[in-house]
Amino acid sequence: MAHSSPVENPRPSVGTSVPRLDGAAKVTGVARYVDDLPPRPGELHGATVRSAVPRGLLRGVRLDPAFDWSDVTVVRAEDVPVNNVALIIEDQPILAASHINHVYEPVVLLACADKAKLVRAMRAVTLDIEALPPVFDMEASLAGAQVIAGEDNVQKRYLITKGRADVKVEPDAVHGASSAAIDAALAACDVVVEGRYFAHHQEQLYIEPQGVVAWWDAEGVHATGSIQCPFYVHKAFTKAFELEAGFIHITQAVTGGGFGGKEEYPSIIALHAALLAKKSGLPVRMIYDRKEDIEATTKRHPCICEIKSGCDADGTLRALSTRILMDGGAYVTLSPVVLSRGTLHAAGAYRWDDVRIESIAVATNTPPNGAFRGFGAPQTIWAIERHIDAVARKLGRDPIDLKAQNVLREGDVTSTGQVLRTSVAGVECLEKAAAASDYRAKRARGPQVSGRKARGIGAAVFMHGAGFTGSGERYLKGKVAVDLLAGGRLGIRTASTDIGQGTETVFRQIAADAAGLTIADVDFAVPSTTTCPDSGPTVASRTVMVVGSILENASKQLAARVHAERDKGGGTFAEAADRLIAAEGPITSLLQYTPPAFITWDDVTYKGDAYPCYGWACDIAEVEVDLDTFEVTVLDFWSATDVGKAINPVMCKGQIEGGSLQAIGWAVSEEITWRDGHITNPRMTNYIIPTSLDAPRFQTILVEAPFAFGPGGGAKGIGELPMDGGAPAIAAAIEHAVGVAMASLPLTPERILAAKQAQERHVA
Amino acid sequence: MKISLTVNGSPRELDSAPLVRLLDALRGPLGLTGTKEGCGEGECGSCTVLLDGDPVNACLVPIGQCEGREIITVEGLGSALHLSPLQRCFIDEGGAQCGICTPGMLIAAEALLRQRPDPDEPAIREALAGNLCRCTGYQRIVESVRAAAVLRREGAAQ
Repeated sequence: MAHSSPVENPRPSVGTSVPRLDGAAKVTGVARYVDDLPPRPGELHGATVRSAVPRGLLRGVRLDPAFDWSDVTVVRAEDVPVNNVALIIEDQPILAASHINHVYEPVVLLACADKAKLVRAMRAVTLDIEALPPVFDMEASLAGAQVIAGEDNVQKRYLITKGRADVKVEPDAVHGASSAAIDAALAACDVVVEGRYFAHHQEQLYIEPQGVVAWWDAEGVHATGSIQCPFYVHKAFTKAFELEAGFIHITQAVTGGGFGGKEEYPSIIALHAALLAKKSGLPVRMIYDRKEDIEATTKRHPCICEIKSGCDADGTLRALSTRILMDGGAYVTLSPVVLSRGTLHAAGAYRWDDVRIESIAVATNTPPNGAFRGFGAPQTIWAIERHIDAVARKLGRDPIDLKAQNVLREGDVTSTGQVLRTSVAGVECLEKAAAASDYRAKRARGPQVSGRKARGIGAAVFMHGAGFTGSGERYLKGKVAVDLLAGGRLGIRTASTDIGQGTETVFRQIAADAAGLTIADVDFAVPSTTTCPDSGPTVASRTVMVVGSILENASKQLAARVHAERDKGGGTFAEAADRLIAAEGPITSLLQYTPPAFITWDDVTYKGDAYPCYGWACDIAEVEVDLDTFEVTVLDFWSATDVGKAINPVMCKGQIEGGSLQAIGWAVSEEITWRDGHITNPRMTNYIIPTSLDAPRFQTILVEAPFAFGPGGGAKGIGELPMDGGAPAIAAAIEHAVGVAMASLPLTPERILAAKQAQERHVA
Repeated sequence: MKISLTVNGSPRELDSAPLVRLLDALRGPLGLTGTKEGCGEGECGSCTVLLDGDPVNACLVPIGQCEGREIITVEGLGSALHLSPLQRCFIDEGGAQCGICTPGMLIAAEALLRQRPDPDEPAIREALAGNLCRCTGYQRIVESVRAAAVLRREGAAQ
């Protein structure tokens, strides 16, 4: 099949559920994840010695003189050419040299061929650390009594203003003047509601732990591993080793899930493995076990939102004042961008006249928080959805009707002043999910109590920006290369990785249709910084919509050249392609992304088109609450999700169901617990993600409101959207079932019971 | 010590300390990396294999206990050219995404279908409850197993 002539003008593949093309390798055990790669000659195992003290000064490192170090490689900060993890701000050392800022801070690296000896060697290292008082609480960090980072512990701030809060004053007076203006706008409203909402850490818990194999040779340095964004690692290596780009070769191995957890963290494990490989002169394999993976790698940012809103007596939303505080952890990593997305989604999917949203990320002495599916938006959407439910309660309305009344429609203006011109499907999603779940009838019936169980139903309405925020795509200039291969086949080269979501398959569908070929005529190269152009990172729900659209254009361009040749010289597509290659040599279409011309964005004022478009959704959860234990079981979960155009409907539903279950886990069972900066449950035994028995029945409705600039007839981003709605929908359902309005996650039995008791005391 | 066992139908011998995990023996000397490690403590089920027909976590079984016994791993279910019904259906129904839980999931499902050729949904969910998946939400895995059960019964009837 691989070498037969292309079938010309086959039936379109986009819109059909082509089985995943890496499926056979995965179901037969042939697919090679990083730890399945055969050992390279002389390969060592690498390990990391970490601080165990949350904050302090590193005074010394002692290697036990009684231990035989002859076959152990030891790397310390002084072995690192440039000791910074290159990302946004260079505040994070690759190995701690002087300051310790969290308990899992890496200090010493060890490598040894004998795994058992490596474990003993770790115990033979003693760190001499002078402890300093740590800060674990984000509000304490903001108060600044103890300065642990920069001048005031603040990692990033944003301010969004709209309507009357958008005051025209000197820049240094905007903060106070906008605050006074939104207070005045709120004071003029018929109904004002205030609330405070908390969202907690979440561990990505991809089932394959992080891992990299690194080695050096005449070509430079190589790192192959479980990596979402090969060019992030490449950038980190350029900085740390002061190497020219061509000497760094970062390649993705088959990756067992990422969900953001393998966005920025792999730079660190890859740098560590490469440092050990450099010093030892041998290949080094570094694979985290589950405990180390949970402890040391990034998590979802905890977030507090304080919201005060005003509306008319008829429920028309008018004014919104929100203060967001996120815990960035010990180093800045991606927190500025996570905070940005969280801030841009904080007004929810609703129309407001006057808006002021102020957001701050602060440092704490906990491991850096980072990318996780949704990237700040699930936290602020949790808050605004719970808040709108509270407004509905105050007005005596059903939340879904209040949401339907205020949800953004075509022509409406968002909190950043973006006019929503096309592809706006909030109402459609809401109505479809409500109808499928019989929401209104079930709400009207009230909670169903049977024995010691109460049933309730709740909804969340939301939108999620697809692609990079603001000017991101303009700066990024993502690229894709498509090669014309012998026999008229196409070869895709992109740095967009398939980490399980199906990139390879949908990209081959998009390219095949654009060129008028079948997917069997399209190859997909292993993402590598040496052979593939930088398509931008595999994040931000941008792979299909942004990179897929470059791919579509590049494929069309190549096919057009072959067709022109055929018009001239006749023959089949394959023959014309071969003639072109014979005449011109290798033929490649390398294209760069151009954002739609209508997009304007101001990074200073935070105004304009925050995203090219939005995916829309309504999630509805039906839950059962045990009236004795307050255990919550999610029985059914409906999601009507607008994806623009489903390139592959089965994969699309797989994204929605899988993302929704992560949201359900975050809501009801997943919780990182802490003691003195240490995680006390760094295991799958006590960090509880849902099993097949915990998962509800999913009923997923694909809504298609095409975005004209998306590939395949209008595809939008889908990766992150399903993470946004589960938690608030479940909280609304719990409120319906037992009358307790939860404002803090997770919704564990202890917390629901405590909230119920507090409510009863309040009433008494 | 010398250990003789049957792996995927073939007799194999290895020389190993008895407390080496079956998982490491499979992935190392036996060269079968299809069986995955997700947690190393019997929670995730990624290393599920059949031991004399019963699903076990290979990270919790010492190789010394496998003398004379029969192991089946994902490599023993089928190959790319001869996919088993379960393997075929996991691809067609979207039961595999990142694929890291898939080998263990397939083995757990295989054990179920050998016992119960026509399981209902609760039985499928119960049988897979020891195998964690973070990608799919389980719905498509359940559907894959259900579809495979039909295929197997049709195959058996022919």
